[in-house]
Amino acid sequence: MRANEATAKIENAVRDALKSPRSDGAPIYLDYQATTPTDPRVIETMLPYFNARFGNPHSRSHAYGWRAEDAVEHGREQIASLIKANPKELIFTSGATESNNLALKGVAYFYKDKKNHIITCVTEHKCVLDACRHLEQEGFRVTYLPVGADGLIDLERLKAAIDDKTVMVSIMAVNNEIGVIQPIREIGRICRERGVFFHTDCAQAVGKIPLDVEDMNIDLMSISGHKIYGPMGIGALYVRRRPRVRLVPLFNGGGQERGMRSGTLPLPLCVGLGAACAIAEKEMGAEAERLKAMRDRLYNRLKQRLPEIYLNGDLDHRIPGNLNISFAYVEGEGLMMGLKDLAVSSGSACTSASLEPSYVLRALGVEEELAHTSLRLGLGRFTTEAEVDYAADRIAAEVERLRAMSPLWEMAREGIDIKSIKWAEH
Amino acid sequence: MAYSDKVIDHYENPRNVGAFDKNDASVGTGLVGAPACGDVMKLQIKVNAQGIIEDAKFKTFGCGSAIASSSLVTEWVKGKTLDEAATLKNTQIAEHLSLPPVKIHCSVLAEDAIKAAIGDYKAKMGKEAAE
Repeated sequence: MRANEATAKIENAVRDALKSPRSDGAPIYLDYQATTPTDPRVIETMLPYFNARFGNPHSRSHAYGWRAEDAVEHGREQIASLIKANPKELIFTSGATESNNLALKGVAYFYKDKKNHIITCVTEHKCVLDACRHLEQEGFRVTYLPVGADGLIDLERLKAAIDDKTVMVSIMAVNNEIGVIQPIREIGRICRERGVFFHTDCAQAVGKIPLDVEDMNIDLMSISGHKIYGPMGIGALYVRRRPRVRLVPLFNGGGQERGMRSGTLPLPLCVGLGAACAIAEKEMGAEAERLKAMRDRLYNRLKQRLPEIYLNGDLDHRIPGNLNISFAYVEGEGLMMGLKDLAVSSGSACTSASLEPSYVLRALGVEEELAHTSLRLGLGRFTTEAEVDYAADRIAAEVERLRAMSPLWEMAREGIDIKSIKWAEH
Repeated sequence: MAYSDKVIDHYENPRNVGAFDKNDASVGTGLVGAPACGDVMKLQIKVNAQGIIEDAKFKTFGCGSAIASSSLVTEWVKGKTLDEAATLKNTQIAEHLSLPPVKIHCSVLAEDAIKAAIGDYKAKMGKEAAE
């Protein structure tokens, strides 16, 4: 391939990348809690830093390094501005999983001689729960707070769980499956009063709901790039400076990010995360209103057409772009198979060998048979009203088709109580 | 997960969906699985005086593989004697539908369902003879 041909190819690819993420023939994307497409404006901001404006932000001896450092620091300021933090309190990571691990293990290890108890919640993301299990194996004590049917923790239980050995409370702001918003401000106030650090996994919250680390007394906050229309592979951890939170780094190396996270910063990704935060800060209010209207439209349309559907998690304390609905008597994986033209996710993990329904839904007290019938519908920046209407009609039609061949639906119609039958568990 | 063409075909065009009157003496009903496990199959056979399954119906709550397994079984047992139908093995179902390992339980359930339906029919016959 000649050089100019190669250049033309790249130019075409860039032009495609900067289009809105909607391609003909692909399923309608309703899985915005899994990931979001990178906003074309973010891509545009990132592009020069792969090549024309490349450099190692840690190089001190030449303009490439200085320029790269300026760009990284600008990105850091944009993130800080969105959560009302000081840029010096933000460190870049590879994503929310790393941020959560660093927050939990880093703080636990640093203060282990004085305190050894962590409080978290049963509906946290797997990476928080798994990091906590790991700490338990190393001798730390972990309290897993239950949640109510609305998906929210009980603040009195939280207060009662804090003792003089508690080093940190880690509660997510927004749940990834059911979208419910925990009472972050109240949790922050309790933690501050009791002298306990407050870490919150905000992967699903940043850019969706207003966050203010001062007002909410947040000491550590995990941030993800690809959940907020930024690139994959980048995230951040907010670490409070006053009163100072200290942590043991997970990585050893060149001492970047104030010694808390060694490794060369990925310049284009840092720029992209910053740009994504800046857009979120500017557009969050209008976007939330638009999404809420579409979310309600979708939910109402489904409710009008289908009896016996149940929303999982509280509707009012919830981000605008999420619905998690149990379609009684229709198994979730079977339902998704009939919705090939929609990209949604099932609340049940039946695709794995375990056959276990979602631990989040189980924690809300959703019965196993209903947990098996749930779908998560995630709306986002590029969702249109026409897509929502189409999705509602397709889901309703498919649920009706599958109910017509469901023995459980038939029994329910005949007035047989499904719980009265002695089922053989298998 | 990628489903085989045969699973997709049975899922999209299920054969013999429906129900017979379970109180009819010529009908055997098998209800297996559990809602809490995410799979329930109801399989019914209608047996004639010669002991041949002349019709079969099913309803299934479950994934595409479960629906396909039960749909396939209703097709296979039609026209068979009760003894022939009782020899049906889950491995034949799994092989025909190219089920992946995590979906083998769907074929096991379908085998259980036809056996339960035959058992129900025989129990009814036994009762009738006793009366």
